[in-house]
Amino acid sequence: MSRIRQTVLMVSALALGLSAVQAGQIKVGDVFPNLTQFQLEGQLPQDLKGKVVLVDFWASWCGPCKSSFPELEKLYERYASRGLVIVGINEDTKSVEMADFLKKNPVSFTVVRDAGQRLVAAANVASMPTSFIIDQAGQVRAVHNGFHGEITVKQYTQEIEELLPAQHAQR
Amino acid sequence: MRLRLFALGGLLLVTGCANVKPWERSALADYTMRGDRDPLGDAQNEHIWFSREAASGGRGVGGGGCGCN
Repeated sequence: MSRIRQTVLMVSALALGLSAVQAGQIKVGDVFPNLTQFQLEGQLPQDLKGKVVLVDFWASWCGPCKSSFPELEKLYERYASRGLVIVGINEDTKSVEMADFLKKNPVSFTVVRDAGQRLVAAANVASMPTSFIIDQAGQVRAVHNGFHGEITVKQYTQEIEELLPAQHAQR
Repeated sequence: MRLRLFALGGLLLVTGCANVKPWERSALADYTMRGDRDPLGDAQNEHIWFSREAASGGRGVGGGGCGCN
């Protein structure tokens, strides 16, 4: 093998190795990582097993995240009684930025801070915000990259309705 | 040997391209990173370019580069 060919092979192998380091984003069908393993700041809900969970990655500097918060709150108010849990995962580097945002955009669902950005790196999200809808078995059933207003809300509603147990007629 | 050194040097240059992850773009999303943050300065530049080069417009791309959506 000529020296040039050897060198080209060596460089290609190194380049391939570098690109392989980039893991893919969590996708539909994957089991979502256990949130308790990522040293998140804040109190996670006691028992997420058997619940439908919407995990939303957001940051205070992200414009669409701001638009998504009131809509997530509405969803939570509507479906919490039927077992929906929403967990907002904040990716701000300073906790004061998160606190300022939450003061202006108050929500009643759980918000924790991924201070070390370990969880977001494990999820390897493609955009901010990114949300995952996880079923009772811990499996990802939908991934939303970005927040696109009514379109995203409609999709959330449909997906959550499909996963939650049917509501009994109230008398 | 020289070729290998050249290739390795090339690889070192490749590592100069930083891949900023979506959750690391807080500084890029800052208002000060916007190209259109100074309307008066923009208007003055537009005037200069129009007077000197008969050029106008070309400022269609906004945003600070946070990559949100």
